[in-house]
Amino acid sequence: MNIIEKILANASGKQQVSPGEIIEANIDAAMIHDLTGPLAIKSFREIGTKKVWDNNKVIIILDHLVPASSIISANLHKIVRSFAEEQNIKNFYDVGRGGVCHQVMPEMGHVRPGEVIVGADSHTCTYGAFGAFATGIGSTEMAAVFATGKLWFRVPEVIKVNLTGKLQKMVTPKDVTLNIVGEIGADGAIYRGLEFGGSTIREMSIDGRMVLSNMAVEMGAKAGIIEPDQKTLDYVKARTDRQVKSVKSDPDATYEKIVDVDASNLEPQVAVPHSVDNVKPVSEVENAEVDQAFIGSCTNGRLEDLRSAAKILKGKKIARGVRLIVIPASQEIYLNALKEGLIKTFMDAGATIGNPNCGPCLGGHMGILAEGETCISSSNRNFVGRMGSSKSFVYLASPATVAASAITGKITDPRTVKEEA
Amino acid sequence: MTIKGKATKFGDNVDTDVILPGPYLVHTDPNELAKHAMEGLDAKFAERAAEGVIVVGGKNFGCGSSREQAPIALKYAGVKCVLAESFARIFYRNSITIGLPVLVCTGVSGTVGEGDMLVVELQTGKVEDKTNGSVLQAIKLPEFIMEILDDGGLIEHLKRRIETNE
Repeated sequence: MNIIEKILANASGKQQVSPGEIIEANIDAAMIHDLTGPLAIKSFREIGTKKVWDNNKVIIILDHLVPASSIISANLHKIVRSFAEEQNIKNFYDVGRGGVCHQVMPEMGHVRPGEVIVGADSHTCTYGAFGAFATGIGSTEMAAVFATGKLWFRVPEVIKVNLTGKLQKMVTPKDVTLNIVGEIGADGAIYRGLEFGGSTIREMSIDGRMVLSNMAVEMGAKAGIIEPDQKTLDYVKARTDRQVKSVKSDPDATYEKIVDVDASNLEPQVAVPHSVDNVKPVSEVENAEVDQAFIGSCTNGRLEDLRSAAKILKGKKIARGVRLIVIPASQEIYLNALKEGLIKTFMDAGATIGNPNCGPCLGGHMGILAEGETCISSSNRNFVGRMGSSKSFVYLASPATVAASAITGKITDPRTVKEEA
Repeated sequence: MTIKGKATKFGDNVDTDVILPGPYLVHTDPNELAKHAMEGLDAKFAERAAEGVIVVGGKNFGCGSSREQAPIALKYAGVKCVLAESFARIFYRNSITIGLPVLVCTGVSGTVGEGDMLVVELQTGKVEDKTNGSVLQAIKLPEFIMEILDDGGLIEHLKRRIETNE
């Protein structure tokens, strides 16, 4: 069996499962946030169960509109906050206690290899980077999980993506990811599981691997999993007291197909409006003008991302007419970025720093685009109206490319920026 | 269950950000969500859908965010059913959960014209275009999904199962 089949077999008490089979899995962790939580809570009340199945396995994180951006969002926070109190949810991360949910989950030790994790958010697939089977579900399905601790899944066919080659300077896991999304397409892995492997993945840090798993859903995938190795175990063991076990695909595991990617000659990549799979090398889109640049989100708001952007911005000023928004994905990352002097570098360059939250990524607040405006963003979606006006434009790129573009005011290859000695 | 309605067509990769733009996610009243259904592509959709329509999509309908508010907005705007070449999985599950029928129907985007009168037999998956006379076969929904739809969604289904001790 491959790693996804092994996890689903274990979670449903079976020796063996195969693609197409419907199984009922026991859930190890279930996460809601401020925009999907209230509806899950409403549905939970309608089902009529009084207590969640396990208050240690429910995790609640406020991150989409944080701090509350309006009376109506304040009311949503209030609903979620009182539910956490009523159900005695220990793992409740209120304003200022956490950050972007998909960063907080692994950081606070809620993700372990081999587990089945559901979240009422599509980017829940991020935890695949730790060898967990993690997937996004709707609010009412989450209510059913809260009531029963179980959920049905169709065991997916799995596509293995085998990545080899050493990345060139300034070419990052985001560029690798965008390249794969472009190759596979927005519906290329629909209903499928993706397993990322190969020497390029082994070389990547945990921060980098999370980018690949995070964007699996942009190809329609149910999960984007990476076999755990020593790096994974070191990260996870440092953050949880619970037992951590490794799980790997068998040598004779079956896959629907295997896609080989040689990343050694890859140049920085950009996804062009208005679809995530409309991916081009940066050289083909250089000179498109930008009004806003955003570094952050569950895709690229981690320490490694901030370091690579700061390296480009050190000692420079962003262009007149451009606003650069930087949002560290969690309180921990924010503090580390302060200690390393990264935040000062950003502010000296003319950036504004936001508190850890989703920010402009979903057009909720903190950087909404006006009609006709263009943003280059390190986030994950460039759909029509995603970051504001339905007549605005979003280009997706790595934090390094976003930083380089903020300096010049137009889309720029980060390799052309002269670094300060 | 037989569903009748005029077809309203959309292309490939219709995402949940255009089905229900992010800023409206703060609303909890389904009728308020319905006012903004498909606003990202067609500001007058809610008006057109009020008479009861069948949405016809291309590949990967409903891709993107996990927001259950997207199928809720469609359902309360007057959408009776969605037919598409393929669906994004979270949207598909959410639609069943809230009681909006969704059928995978190969060839539907090329065969059906805008405004055509459609008749969909949920039980068999038969799709008839009364305007141009063509007949298509959608993939039949599994029995357990039909039971959820017959009960009007997952919550009603769970309540009925709890009541009848199934």
